[in-house]
Amino acid sequence: MSSADTTLKHYFVSHEQQFDAAKLGMWLFLVTEILLFAGMFVAYAVYRSWHPEVFLQASELLDWRLGALNTVVLLASSFTVALSIHFVQKGENDKVVVLLIMTLVCAAIFMVVKYFEYSGKFSHGVFPGAGFEPHGIVDGKDYSKYDIPFAPQFFSIYFVMTGIHGVHVLVGMGLFGWLTTRVARGHFSPQYYTPVELTGLYWHLVDIIWIFLFPLLYLI
Amino acid sequence: MSDESHNYLNARKGLWSWLSTTDHKRIGIMYAIACGAFFLLGGILATFVRTELGEPGETILGQDQYNQVFTLHGVVMVFLVIIPAIPGILGNFVLPLQIGAKDVAFPRLNLASWYLFMAGAIMAVCGWLFVGRVDTGWTFYTPYSSGASNAVLWLTSAVFIAGFASIFTGLNFIVTVHKMRAPGMTWNRLPLFTWAIYATGIVQVLATPVIGITMVLLFLEKLLQIGIFDPALGGDPVLFQHFFWFYSHPAVYIMILPAMGIISDLMGTFSRQHVSGYTFIALSSVAIAFLGFLVWGHHMFVAGQSALSSIIFSMLTFLIGIPTGIKVFNWVATMYKGSVWLRTPMIYALMFLFLFTIGGLTGIMVGVLAVDVHLHDTYFVVAHFHYVMMGGALIGLIGGLHYWWPKMTGRMYNETAGVIAAILVFIGFNLTFFTQFFLGTKGMPRRYHDYSEFLEIYPEFAVLNLASTIGSYILGVGLVMILVYALYSLFRGPKATANPWGACTLEWTHTGPVPDEHNFHDTPLVTRGPYDYHLADDVFGKKTES
Repeated sequence: MSSADTTLKHYFVSHEQQFDAAKLGMWLFLVTEILLFAGMFVAYAVYRSWHPEVFLQASELLDWRLGALNTVVLLASSFTVALSIHFVQKGENDKVVVLLIMTLVCAAIFMVVKYFEYSGKFSHGVFPGAGFEPHGIVDGKDYSKYDIPFAPQFFSIYFVMTGIHGVHVLVGMGLFGWLTTRVARGHFSPQYYTPVELTGLYWHLVDIIWIFLFPLLYLI
Repeated sequence: MSDESHNYLNARKGLWSWLSTTDHKRIGIMYAIACGAFFLLGGILATFVRTELGEPGETILGQDQYNQVFTLHGVVMVFLVIIPAIPGILGNFVLPLQIGAKDVAFPRLNLASWYLFMAGAIMAVCGWLFVGRVDTGWTFYTPYSSGASNAVLWLTSAVFIAGFASIFTGLNFIVTVHKMRAPGMTWNRLPLFTWAIYATGIVQVLATPVIGITMVLLFLEKLLQIGIFDPALGGDPVLFQHFFWFYSHPAVYIMILPAMGIISDLMGTFSRQHVSGYTFIALSSVAIAFLGFLVWGHHMFVAGQSALSSIIFSMLTFLIGIPTGIKVFNWVATMYKGSVWLRTPMIYALMFLFLFTIGGLTGIMVGVLAVDVHLHDTYFVVAHFHYVMMGGALIGLIGGLHYWWPKMTGRMYNETAGVIAAILVFIGFNLTFFTQFFLGTKGMPRRYHDYSEFLEIYPEFAVLNLASTIGSYILGVGLVMILVYALYSLFRGPKATANPWGACTLEWTHTGPVPDEHNFHDTPLVTRGPYDYHLADDVFGKKTES
């Protein structure tokens, strides 16, 4: 219990109060994240309803197999992070370290796949907005045929949404790296594991946003 | 108490002890200094604007300079003064004390918010000064803003960063109110100021991320021409207005709700009476917070929004009048049969009642579709929102600062000077802005640096504008006077007692003249409501003349 006492801030009465406060704060932060993305989802909805045929055609350029792979990877990482919270509550910190590293690896795979997707698009002139000049043939698709009005807008939305989502994944990777070292140094116990729980909450949100991005951008 | 001389101000010394503090009271003082400086800047810019308009023709500013000056005036006053000021200064200082907490729930986040705010503020002002004189108005409407000077990038980033300061402040207060209340501090014993800051927190958390993403999209629009808002690239400028007002209308309630909370506390304390309709006032704050999210379209009646949406937004706008009216009538009822003690804070509370009611009712007027078509973009709207923003939010802030000044500094200010300044502010304010209602109904458009071409039809524009300008000088003199006697009080003012107003909320009854670093020696046990003046005087301390 002595380690738990040093983790109790002087302005809190009990660990329960401190944990509840932190968790409520995190939930509120996640609400702000949802509203941040909501603006982009609204932009997507407006322009999709204006030019549904353009969005349908432009989305053919996105590879749904890579999107699906990333979806599976992120879902797996949500599972590992949930397990890590389970084991940190039981005090089995060796398993927590392994699970957090697995989560980190999943996040890294996600970013690597994203890197190949982005660079593949950039190399054929698929840029957001004014730089949009598709050319070349990939997988039998003639990119130059996609140089149609409002297609740049679809890719603007694609790059902005997945880009900001990607930034969130990077932040998550940083958090998992930091958590791993803290777990390894024995900072957490069944009495105090708030940062693991909160990062887990954050990671689930990052996952959920992708769950919406994937069908909206790749599939429909 | 033997250690009365030991307090939060002298607990640690040196500039670094302030810049690294996590004490909510010190952070409140740091917001006070920062917001005070920005208010001075915004006020000087306002004086330039009014001086230019004092006489017909070009006087001190050219057309472009005029646009640049009112833009910075708007950005500074809205984003760097009115939005952060009351939660930042008084919310930070007072709220944890009022609920019997040792600090806010996340003290380090609280300090980080201040730094984010300062970073945003410095970016905005420096961007405008050194990168390019932005002249888009504080609303940054596209497509003009996405084509304007690159300094727009600085200002949008500044708004984005300062926005996160606001989000984290609101989040901190919500969690603090939920989780940090002292034993016995039930929800229906929360002081109404705390209720108001809580409701404000909800709006800050829910609305501010939307301006954040809007500013990011505007940034990218300018940088990469992503075509979300620019019609030339297939975007929709009205979408920008929707996004902007989805934040900026609720932001109006971020500004006014805390002021309403201050007025509720002042009314109770200085009428020496239980605040009438306590529950209604408390919940009307929450109602305003939620209704505030449903009315943004009333800024866009003439922007190509569908007639049906306009009608719905107009009707929802009228609904806001209900919780607002509940507050106003309950404040008046609180004074009824109370023993009203007319001290400087109470004078500001009465001023608020008068000015805010004018601001609110003219708001209902411009919420009427047919009337708005006539009044849109005229000085009527300028007068309306200054009555709400300045006559409401800032007068509430000034009243609150006078009220909590003894607790914050341990000193009293000169009451006579306070009253004289209040009278100057009242006269100056009304002369400045009431005249603008007439200008607006006659059709004088806002954001024009010169009105000489209208004089043939409306010769009265000259005298009305002159009166407005003279009023702004009187207002300025009143505000400078407050600054002077406040500074004098800091060094020479008589020492304040622990509870000079005989108030009965915890920050007065359970702390020394200047609160201790950790607020309370023992966690207070709350056994009564915040305005239980009907209980014996000895519980709250006798009223003392200072």
